[in-house]
Amino acid sequence: MKFRAWLALVAGILPASLAAIVVFLALYSWPAMHFNGLGFVVRDTWNLGNLYANPIMRHGTQVQPGATYGILFLIVGTLASTLIALAIALPMGMGAAIFLAEAVPAGLRLWISFFVELLMAIPSVVFGLWGYVVVIPFLGHHLYPLIAHSLGKMIPFFAEPTGSGYGLLTAGIVLSLMIVPIIAATLRDALVSQPVSLREAALGLGATRFEALWKVMLPGTRKTLIGATFLALGRALGETMAVLMVSGNALNYLPHRIYDPVSTMAAFIVSQLDSALQDPTGLAVRSLAEIAFVLAIISILVNALARLLLLVWNNSQRSVMV
Amino acid sequence: MTALAPARRPAHQIRLSRRLLSVSGWTLSGAFLLVLSGLMVWILAVVFVRGMTALKLSVLTTITQGNGGGLLNAIEGTLVLSAGALLLAVPFGVAAGIYSAEYRFTRWATTIRFLADVLVGVPSIVVGYFGYVGMVQWLGWSFSVAAGSIALAIISLPYICRTTELALRQVSNDLRDAAYSLGANDRRVILGVCLPAALPAVLTGILLALAVSVGETAPLLYTAGWSNYMWDGHLTHSPIGYLTYAIWTFINEPFASANALAYAAALLVTGFVLIINILARFVLDRRARR
Repeated sequence: MKFRAWLALVAGILPASLAAIVVFLALYSWPAMHFNGLGFVVRDTWNLGNLYANPIMRHGTQVQPGATYGILFLIVGTLASTLIALAIALPMGMGAAIFLAEAVPAGLRLWISFFVELLMAIPSVVFGLWGYVVVIPFLGHHLYPLIAHSLGKMIPFFAEPTGSGYGLLTAGIVLSLMIVPIIAATLRDALVSQPVSLREAALGLGATRFEALWKVMLPGTRKTLIGATFLALGRALGETMAVLMVSGNALNYLPHRIYDPVSTMAAFIVSQLDSALQDPTGLAVRSLAEIAFVLAIISILVNALARLLLLVWNNSQRSVMV
Repeated sequence: MTALAPARRPAHQIRLSRRLLSVSGWTLSGAFLLVLSGLMVWILAVVFVRGMTALKLSVLTTITQGNGGGLLNAIEGTLVLSAGALLLAVPFGVAAGIYSAEYRFTRWATTIRFLADVLVGVPSIVVGYFGYVGMVQWLGWSFSVAAGSIALAIISLPYICRTTELALRQVSNDLRDAAYSLGANDRRVILGVCLPAALPAVLTGILLALAVSVGETAPLLYTAGWSNYMWDGHLTHSPIGYLTYAIWTFINEPFASANALAYAAALLVTGFVLIINILARFVLDRRARR
């Protein structure tokens, strides 16, 4: 066979592994999908049923009596923590990128941005360790009571009790730190590569340096920023270890306050596999596979959308490695 | 950079609201950068200070016993799993990277590039659970080096593919033209001329992929398992320890000796990942400047 054909064949391992993941999870969770139906995403009870009773037949599937599988509380937890993370990371990443691109001297810029972007390289479990050991006590004892006493007076969602520090807001804060370098790095690149003539024209019309940036340079990078935000969103949706260690791992509970414990789809898979294995019918393990399948589809869609946006709008060939 | 600096109006002639916007904009963005760097320093300080106090020679030379002992088994496991992942991912990833760079205008190459980017975004726990139901249960390998390495390989594959591709794109087309004009075929041009020229950048990409696999936890939890003992050399049916698991489990134990192991493991993992990233930065930087 020709060299080129060989290469093409071997390169096929990439689509093949992506397809293998999706197809295998779908096949494996098929009995669970059949049993759970569409109610899977709107029920908020995850219950393995009575594990000491004999399995019964329901909808043609062997289940433990009383078993119901619903992941609404996981969907809410995942979306809420991701949104909080984005709400923090977006202004922070934009601010850092703006300052790095415009105010820091070029020689120093490389070093500082390298240092800040090293956040991207730090393993998820190390973020979790840091969150668990120092952030949770700090937030639980100092910051959250402060928020509850000020903001909580006006908005019930921020009111007391603030709990121990594990929960939705903590998960969002730790997550935001993990995704902020994606936004900062992409936007800084886009700002630096904007044509100098744009700035000169704005300054020539009498704009201040900040006005030139805010009203002329920044709107030009809007599309890049949207693409980067989607990438960050995808990363936050699927983050596992750090969330697992700081979110409080709530079960069957919808958060009423921003400090309440939550769980996300990714973290739930890790925290529940041991107990799911106790189910003799195997339906619990298959339902976890259904969560993994749903998560895979969501992240594939979000990432595909992000890459398409960056590709079509920017025609950029540069890949952001995140 | 500012080749043309227009004559500025003195500040007092600019309306106050515009001056306020300027000042508050710069202050706020500077503050965000400061907070971000501060948090980075905080994380590094926690890991390094606590890690240094916990890291003793015995941690590196003995195996885990109950809630104490050392991390030799985990260090060995991390090395074995990551080496296995590289062994599997490098040939496929580099080949895929070569294809998507050298035949970049074909539809298949565009597809590969796009899917590599999508695969990077698939959560690592999804890959891990796929490994669990696919290899641990369905193939019946139980917790094993094989299952863990394959899960890690799937995660590092797109990184290696994309960095190889970007490295080859940096190679000047003059080199290719010269080689073709001497009568070389595709294989000689790519393997004999382009790949050697791009080798430092390709190796850097492989190193970065190694750093990613050393830092991963979620894909290993239910594929590699955990073991307090040294690896017995079997590829299947024998669980193996790794450092990130030690961080996650031992920090939750109510024993100081266990917590110390978690800090030591965090220092080892973070230190390794940072060193690789800094090295990679210098290699790439030197090439970029040349």
